[in-house]
Parts: sequence; structure tokens; C-alpha cells
Amino acid sequence: MPKTVLTVDDSPSVRRMVALTLQEAGYDVVEAVDGQDGLKKALAQPFDAIITDQNMPNLDGLGFIRALRQHPEGKGVPIVVLSTDSEDGLKAQAREAGALGWMVKPFTQDKLLAVIRKVLG
Amino acid sequence: MSDDMAAIFRDELRDLLESLERGLLDLKSRPTDMGLVNQVFRDLHTVKGSGAMFGFTDLAAFIHEFETVFDRVRAGVIPIGPEILRLALAAKDEIPGLVEGDADPDGRRAAILSALQDIMARSPASDVAGSEEGAPATAHAAADVPVDQAARHPSRLRFRLSGAAFAMGARPEIVLDELRGLGAAHIAVDLSDVPALDRLDVEACALVWSMDMPAEITAAQLEDVFLFVDADWTLDAAQVDHSDAAHADEPEAAASLPDRAAQPAPASVAAPAAAVLPNEARVAAPVAPRDARAEAAGATVRVPADRLDSLMDAVGELVILEARLTQLARESRDPALMATAEQITRLAAGLRDATMTMRMVPMRSLVGRFRRLVMDLSDKLGKPVEFSVIGEDTELDKTVIEKLADPLVHILRNAIDHGMETEDERATSGKARGGLIELSAEHAGAEVLIRVRDDGRGMDPARIRAKAVAQGLISADAVLTESQVYALVFEPGFSTAETVTELSGRGVGMDVVRRTIESLRGSLEIDSKLGHGTTVTLRLPLTLAIIEGLLIEVAGERYTLPMPSVQEIVELPPEKAQPKRTGDFLDIRGRFVPFLRLRALFDCAGEPGAEQNVVIVMSGENRVGLVVDRIVGTNQTVIKQMSKLHSAVRAVSGATILGDGSVALILDVAHLVGMGRTQVDLQSAPQSAARELAA
Repeated sequence: MPKTVLTVDDSPSVRRMVALTLQEAGYDVVEAVDGQDGLKKALAQPFDAIITDQNMPNLDGLGFIRALRQHPEGKGVPIVVLSTDSEDGLKAQAREAGALGWMVKPFTQDKLLAVIRKVLG
Repeated sequence: MSDDMAAIFRDELRDLLESLERGLLDLKSRPTDMGLVNQVFRDLHTVKGSGAMFGFTDLAAFIHEFETVFDRVRAGVIPIGPEILRLALAAKDEIPGLVEGDADPDGRRAAILSALQDIMARSPASDVAGSEEGAPATAHAAADVPVDQAARHPSRLRFRLSGAAFAMGARPEIVLDELRGLGAAHIAVDLSDVPALDRLDVEACALVWSMDMPAEITAAQLEDVFLFVDADWTLDAAQVDHSDAAHADEPEAAASLPDRAAQPAPASVAAPAAAVLPNEARVAAPVAPRDARAEAAGATVRVPADRLDSLMDAVGELVILEARLTQLARESRDPALMATAEQITRLAAGLRDATMTMRMVPMRSLVGRFRRLVMDLSDKLGKPVEFSVIGEDTELDKTVIEKLADPLVHILRNAIDHGMETEDERATSGKARGGLIELSAEHAGAEVLIRVRDDGRGMDPARIRAKAVAQGLISADAVLTESQVYALVFEPGFSTAETVTELSGRGVGMDVVRRTIESLRGSLEIDSKLGHGTTVTLRLPLTLAIIEGLLIEVAGERYTLPMPSVQEIVELPPEKAQPKRTGDFLDIRGRFVPFLRLRALFDCAGEPGAEQNVVIVMSGENRVGLVVDRIVGTNQTVIKQMSKLHSAVRAVSGATILGDGSVALILDVAHLVGMGRTQVDLQSAPQSAARELAA
């Protein structure tokens, strides 16, 4: 069964790029438009991994991770935060919030796949 | 990067720039609104981030300064002022060029960047500016330095996953595989920290791994391995502990996990999580425009506009075929066929309504550029103007919205350029120094009313009249109502000396505005009070695709009138039946209404039947009767545009296909009403009627 990844980003282009890249590599992908939408979707079905942006309206990436980790369903799923290099202080906060790691934007499709393989094995 | 992706990015960019512009313009009136500042910052950030993703590195670099300034604004260090907003808007305008790779021959971008840097330099926090850049530098400091270049013997790597690592989804086996790939040997697990079974926390990890790593291993390589595990690791050959700030508070994190786990699940939801449940958030948070859009996007599918057009076309065909089917079913007198046809009719109506709703777009999408226009014009002309918009959410068919942009731009331009007095003039006449321009939109039946109101100098009917007489548009003794006088400015060829200025004089005249509005089946009116301002009202149909029509017959041909403009139907009194002229008057409940004989107008041969009907139609405030042979009934009129060859035929605005496959022309009510009022010679009308018309 293919593994399912949730991608949470308010930027449709980044979201689509992540989705297309992962779909081509054989993953199932669900998209969410912000943290709030992400939380709703992450609680509705199990995911093998979650990739989330930080800067989003309604609920940002860290808020989303914190909220998700409060739920039993939200434990154990690896979460990768997308950050830009200007958000360096974010990494420590992301770990604290419950993210497994981060990826710096901009990234290539190869880098994304490498990260996902690293997280999912 | 595929073209597809680039197209998605361009789409997104357009939305972002719109939102950015709206945010910046809103900031002009609400400079301390932190929600707006955050929205602007977020938009900038997304433009930068996505731009960099898609290879627009120049764009990302350009935005960086812009974003930094807004970061300072966000921190409360730099206040929002007119200078920043002007620069920011100018910078925003450069973005499309950057994406398309246009050169910057005038050095505009460089000028904007240096002005932004000036602002930064003047801001009190400029000396702190280094700290932001400083932080990442230290974080990366150790990364690429080999741990111990001199060491030739293997280093011993020890790592321990944080207590919460499993909850965070870390997978030690992947890490071990990777380390093996880097040459790890003699891997051992230290179980000494694993607690006794009765105290074991199944979610926490207490294992410590150790292994030999080749001497040439670098910290960067190891950081890469541990990027996706929350682990505390040491490489003891160099005696370097690489745990960073995040790892330092691990014991705390590990300790807090059992606490959290011990709480009953519903209780843990109570405080922070409840605030983010979609429904409650919607009630609680005052939703900023951008947020509302993003929230709506959650339940929204983006569809290219041309697909909607083809769907509408298909629905149009379906409605036509449905009419045909209904007619055939009726003729067949087969009850089963008739019942089926009836069901299809219902379904087609539902499909039609759903499709039309899909094509509705809020005025909001237009308003952004108007606000920019008003701001730019008021700056340029030195007339401070406050622009307010009412009813941004009013929806119109997307075709109508698209075509509405140019006329409204023209009307707004006129309002500022001609309508508004200068600051001093306003002060002398006792008005507030800043002018007011209000754009409002509201639904009224099957129409939408759009008004542009200004509180400027108003129009002088005597002057307009004099001008029109001088230009031969009307005769000197023409009897005209005030609104008819104002309407003269829409006549082709009408211009007053004042109307030609650098701004409003070019290109489109008011006659083109009227033509565009009428091509949309709409009408427009001007109301003005000298010294107090002018209001231009546009009436537009909700949709252009399918309308309710009244089918009429004239000399064996069928025509359609748009139902919303039909006021009533009366019988033609016998004494009026014999045509003396094309037009005449009808007394309807004590009011005189001019009427046109369509037979005479269309130059039809033969005699009408004994009973003729008059359909009273209305356009704007004016009514006119149309004499027809027969009323056929109502129908769903799928509007087909006339070909270019017929564009000069003013009495007809389109065509539709009827149930029997024949074609019916759609009559242009606005044009016929105008014709009725001019063709019916006012001089020959009874005195009372002339007064009535002139009132």
C-alpha cells in the first residue's frame, strides 16, 4: 500500500510541487491550505508523514504541530517543517513543538524525495 | 520545472500581488492594524519563498529588502508612513517584471531598494540589524568543519534519542542504516537507562547507541543524518558535543512527555487546541480579508475560466434541447414522454442555476485596482480623496465584471479629475478639504446597481445644455428633463473644454462607457447637484448567459424581450390600432407612455390582427410601449451573440434558439426606449403628455 503524505502550505504552487513530486515517486498525497485545514485533515485519517510550511494564515506551522501533538492520533507521525533560511531560530522552536526536522526553502524535487525517504525509510 | 508548475506559480503570484496591494492600500487608512501588517508580511514572505522555489532568484533577492522592512514594521520598530507605502506599492509593481525577467533600464528597482535601505538605516533598530544575520551564522558555524582532521583512528559516536522521539515519528532503524552507509562499525546498544518494567514509559525511548565512525567523518555529515531524529549525539574522538540549543532542553522535553500523556485526552484538547477548531475559530477571530480568502480556499476548487464558459455553453445547449424536447413531448401527447420531459426540465433548470451561480464573482476582485487608481490620481492631482467601497461582496457574472472594469475606471477618473475641486476650492466653499468618493454595489431584483458618488462640484445643467446646443446634439428649444440633460454627456461627440486634461482626455469617452454598459444589457444614469456632487448609477443584469425572456410575435416572426425589463402588458385600444405614425402615446392609468409599433419599425408588410398587445418595457427610469401582434409566452433565453456583421444593428442585442429550432432575435430594450422617446415627436404630443415627459 502506498504511503500517504499530508502537505500543508498556503502557497498553492509549493503545495502542488510537493504533491506532484511525491505522487510521481509513488506516494499518496493529501493537500491542506493552512494549519487549520491541516489539523482537520490530519485528525481525519492517518498519515505516514506530514510536510508543513511555517508561515500560514489562520494557524501557522508550529501551532499546527503543537495542536496535532496534543491528540493521540497526532503522535508518532513524522513532521517536517519547511522554513526559509531567514527563519533560523525556527528550527529550535519546531523541535520543541514536536517537529522531527525541517527543510530549507528553496529545495529541489530530489532534495524533497531524499528527505521523505529519510523520514519514511 | 515544468511549464505547468510555472503557470501555477504565476496564478498564485497574481492573487498574492492583489492581496498585497489591497493590504498596502488598507494600511494607508489603518496604519496601526497589526493584522494588516502581518498579512502584508505573509504575502511578501510567500512571494519570496515560492519565487525562490521556482527559480526566480532575482525576485527573491528583491523581495528580501522589502520583507525586512515589513519585519521591522511588524516588530513595531518602523511605523507605517506614506513613504513606506508608496515605496512598497512601487516595489510591488516591479514584481511582475522581475518574474518575466524584464530588464530594469531606468534603474527603478535599484532606486526602490536603496530607498528601502535608507528607511532601514534611519530606523532606531538599525544597529540591532546584525543580530538577525548573526544568529544563523553561529548555528551553522560548526557544520562544515571536519570534527578532527588530524584524527586517524576511528571516532566513537554515541547517540541517544530524546524521550519524545518516537512520539515525533523518529525511526532509529533509518538512522542506523544511514550511519552504516557512512561506515559505522561495532554498533552497540546500551540498555542501562531503560527503567524497570513497572516504571517503563512505552512511548519514551531510553536506548543509547554507540559505534565506531571513520576518522574522516564530518559534523556536517552527522548533522545531516540526525536532521530527522531528535537525538543527542556526541563524537568522542574530538570531544565535541554537538547538541545545540534544541537538544539542550531535552531532559525537560522528555520529562514533560509523561505529563502530557498522563492527562486525559479531552482535557488536553481544552485550551490550545479548542482555539484552532475550525468552527470556533471562525466565530471567534475577526477574519482579515486574506484569511477569509484562505479559509474559503479550503472548500474551494480553482477552475480555469474557459472551462466555466464551456460548461455554460453546454448548459445553454441543454436548455435549448430541453425546450425542444418539451415541445415534442407535448405534441406527441404520450404521458410517459411528457413526464420524462418535465423531469428533464426540472433538472436542466437546477443545472442552469448551479452553473450560473458558479460564474458569479464578487465585486471585490475589481475594487483593488480602483483603490490604487484613486490613490495614484489623488496624489498626482494633489486632491486628497477618501475612497470608500460598500458592497464589495455583491456578486456579478464574471463576464460582466470583466467588462465593467474599463467603464468604472473612466467614471472614477472623471470623478476625481473633473468632479473633485482642489483642496483650496473646497475650503472656500466650506467643504471638508478631503473629498469623498464612494463606490457601492447592491442587488436590486435581477439587476445589480453600481453607484459612483462624489461630493465634488457637481454638474451644471445649464452649461451642459448650452454645450449640447452649440454642438448640434439638441435643438435650442428641446424640452429635456434634468436627467436627460446629464445624459447628454454620454452622447458621442459631447465634450466641454474642461474635459480634455492629461488624465481623462485620452482614449475612452463617456459615449464608450455607455456603449459598453449597454452591450452588457445595462443602463446608466447621472444625478448631480451643483456644488454638492455627482452620482453615476449603473444598472446591470446579474447574468449575460441565460435570462428569462418574454417571447412575442410580430408579423409571423418571433422576438424575445428580457423579462426583467418588462413592466406590464396591456391591450392596444381600438382607437390607436390604425397606424398614423410609427409612434404614439398611450394613456396608462393617467400617465402618458410613448409607444412604438414594431411592425412599422421593422417595416413589415401585411396587416396586424384585430387584437394587438402593448408590452411596456422600462430602461433606467424611462418607459416605452412596444406594440406586438401576439404574446407567445415566457422562455429560458440562452443568449447567443450576434456576429460582427450585425454589430451595427442597434435594435437587436442578440439571438436565441427556440424549442422548435428556429431563431428569435433579442430586442435591445435600452435602445428601443431611447428610440421611443425621440421618435415620438414631442411637438405633436398632447400638451399634457409633453409636460409629463418633461417632468
